[in-house]
Amino acid sequence: MVQGYVQIAIFVVVLVALVKPLGIYLARVLNNERVFLTPVFGPIERGAYRLLRVKPEAEGQDWKQYARSLVIFSLLFWILLYLILRTQGIQPFNPEGFHSGPWDLSFNTTSSFITNTNWQYYGGETTLTYFAQMAGLAVQNFVSAAVGIAVLAALIRGIVSRSGKSLGNFWHDLVRILLYVLLPISIVGALFLVSQGVIQNLSHATVIHTLSGGTQILAQGPVASQEVIKELGTNGGGFFNVNSSYPFENPSGLTNFVEMLLILVIPAALTYTYGRMVGSQRQGWAIFSAMFVLFIIGVVVVYIAEQHGSPAQHAAGLHTAAFDGSTGGNMEGKDQRFGIANTSLWTAITTVTSCGAVNGAFESLTGIGGAVPFANLGFSEVVFGGVGAGLYGMLLYVLLAVFIGGLMVGRTPEYLGKKIGAREIKLVSLGVLFTPLAVLLSAGAASATELGKRSLYAGINPTGFSENLYAYMSQANNNGSAWAGYTGFIQPHPPGNVGAFGITFADLLGGFVLITARFAPILFVLAVAGALAGKRVSPAGLGTMRTDNPTFVFLLIGIVILVGALTFFPAILLGPISNGLTGRLF
Amino acid sequence: MTQGLRRDLRTAAIAILAMTVVLGLIYPLAITGISQVVFPGPANGSKVSVDGKVVGSHLIGQEFKGKAWFHSRPSATEYSGNVTFFGNAGPNSAELREEIREELAAYLRLNKPYDHSLTRKRVPVDAVTQSASGVDPDISEANALIQAHRVAAVRHLPLSKVEELISHNTDSRSLGVLGEPGVNVLELNIAIDREAPLK
Repeated sequence: MVQGYVQIAIFVVVLVALVKPLGIYLARVLNNERVFLTPVFGPIERGAYRLLRVKPEAEGQDWKQYARSLVIFSLLFWILLYLILRTQGIQPFNPEGFHSGPWDLSFNTTSSFITNTNWQYYGGETTLTYFAQMAGLAVQNFVSAAVGIAVLAALIRGIVSRSGKSLGNFWHDLVRILLYVLLPISIVGALFLVSQGVIQNLSHATVIHTLSGGTQILAQGPVASQEVIKELGTNGGGFFNVNSSYPFENPSGLTNFVEMLLILVIPAALTYTYGRMVGSQRQGWAIFSAMFVLFIIGVVVVYIAEQHGSPAQHAAGLHTAAFDGSTGGNMEGKDQRFGIANTSLWTAITTVTSCGAVNGAFESLTGIGGAVPFANLGFSEVVFGGVGAGLYGMLLYVLLAVFIGGLMVGRTPEYLGKKIGAREIKLVSLGVLFTPLAVLLSAGAASATELGKRSLYAGINPTGFSENLYAYMSQANNNGSAWAGYTGFIQPHPPGNVGAFGITFADLLGGFVLITARFAPILFVLAVAGALAGKRVSPAGLGTMRTDNPTFVFLLIGIVILVGALTFFPAILLGPISNGLTGRLF
Repeated sequence: MTQGLRRDLRTAAIAILAMTVVLGLIYPLAITGISQVVFPGPANGSKVSVDGKVVGSHLIGQEFKGKAWFHSRPSATEYSGNVTFFGNAGPNSAELREEIREELAAYLRLNKPYDHSLTRKRVPVDAVTQSASGVDPDISEANALIQAHRVAAVRHLPLSKVEELISHNTDSRSLGVLGEPGVNVLELNIAIDREAPLK
């Protein structure tokens, strides 16, 4: 295990080293300052504003205007993506001749990609044209990520602003984030991934006569260009059904390392960006520390649990100890080149962030190892979380912690000099509680009815319960990873959609949960930003509760765990923890 | 308000079309073009040829049966390269226990006659568990060294020669530290078959 911990340590060191430089860069982009790419992309940026007919610097938006632009933009994109998924038969770049999938599945998939979730009931290589993957889904991987960061930027401006109600301009933020952050990193990253073996072509699937005389068909496609933004934008939707465990998405230890870094680097760096924008790096590091502690605990728990092996393996007489030349551990649903350590690390990374890309099978995780993704989702994706979304979610928890801390010491709660009043704390509470409520209602409805049963693979036992609960936790938190036995799509003759149909209940319930649990919190966050914008700042005094010291970090961690545990502990107990506590087989 | 709404609708309509063209067509097609020129091998699947005939991809495992080949790991998809899915066997699944029992027995049946010291305790986990991708190209070094006895005997090769080929076809950790070492089964079998072809 020492070698595994060394790899985890290397990852953490590289990640932390990138937080400051990338954090500064992101702050410059969001503050409309010059960056080193301005000479390259500046003309394109100005052209974009002319095309969109906006004058961003002259047109500051208050929270309602910002929200309206965001909602209309997302709504129109929803319609366009749905149309793309429904017209596969007439599209170019369709060498396999795929027709469109069923309408209910398309509803779910569209909602899933608009919301930065990438929950997938379908398998990409067996159902989608290259056109739909490139011009439909991958576009959302860029755009939904940019929307998340834009909302964060608006919230920070609200926190900082001392006069006026402007939160910036939505179109301005969108264009700058895409042009200066997501696109350039994707171009470099995609070419790197291709050089390491991730495929990038528009060819027909290759038929191969194998060495021992069999036949193997290798699906092809423009994978690298989608792979990189799927990680960078914490989207997670695989080109292939088995996602980043498939060697054409993730061929080696090195690509695995780079892809993990791409997932976590923006959410981590944004804490530094935050410190810079509010004028105190200590505030940023305090939030980073709280996230980091919860993240590392998760990594270690998964790693130890997976290295131990599972009850089914031990009952079968398999020895799961590591020895020279073998990793040992629970290798069910894991690939050799990643082994236990890198699959465990990835599992924690993809669930603290709202990425959801996987390099191993979650449903085959041990009980306690599997409890970590549940816990991370139970924290409502505020431990790093999705790009932008994680930090704006965490800032709601920060305000909550300030409020509770203020009550404990008997002072008016204030954050960065601004008093937190009744209106703010009501909005914060709604924002914090909306997603857990959506999870419990939908997962409850699905597990209590016959309609929900049709989606189960493992049957009526703790693993089946986990499948169902995780499906709705994942969709509500816009994560997208899965206990993948759970399904909303039946495909009798893969590849292709011939005879395929959706499980309407699961598709529609999931779709509604995806949309509401993404956009309701966004509206609450923008409303909080609007309420804070222009508030008078009072100077910090002796009685002011500090929000940049270890005590506050401890309080913040406590609040995040408290809200998550109160909401989800009973449910998680019935699923993965039941599996983890018993040697019984079902 | 309605004027603002109309403006937003117009701006959004232009934005979604422009973004679809730039991010959804120009970007991936440009990456494809550059990749096809600069990295044609990896961009098209890292294919491996024998005597000018493509027999597979370095990155995608294949199924091997019979005593003369190194065997890949168990797979939920029978090494499908165009319909992929996870096995999804849960940690407390009685079905999984039966599958692993059968895999263990089969592995011992196949290899013990050639490696008499082989016991259940020495069987590495990767040999009897399903991979995630279904097309895991690698097996562990321990797994390869056990199978070496059988392949050497069946192909009438000295064990030391087979072990040498194993070490030649082992992908070590990236940059010496990242990931786990694995023996590439397809490349190893190609090398073995070149050394001692089946009639």
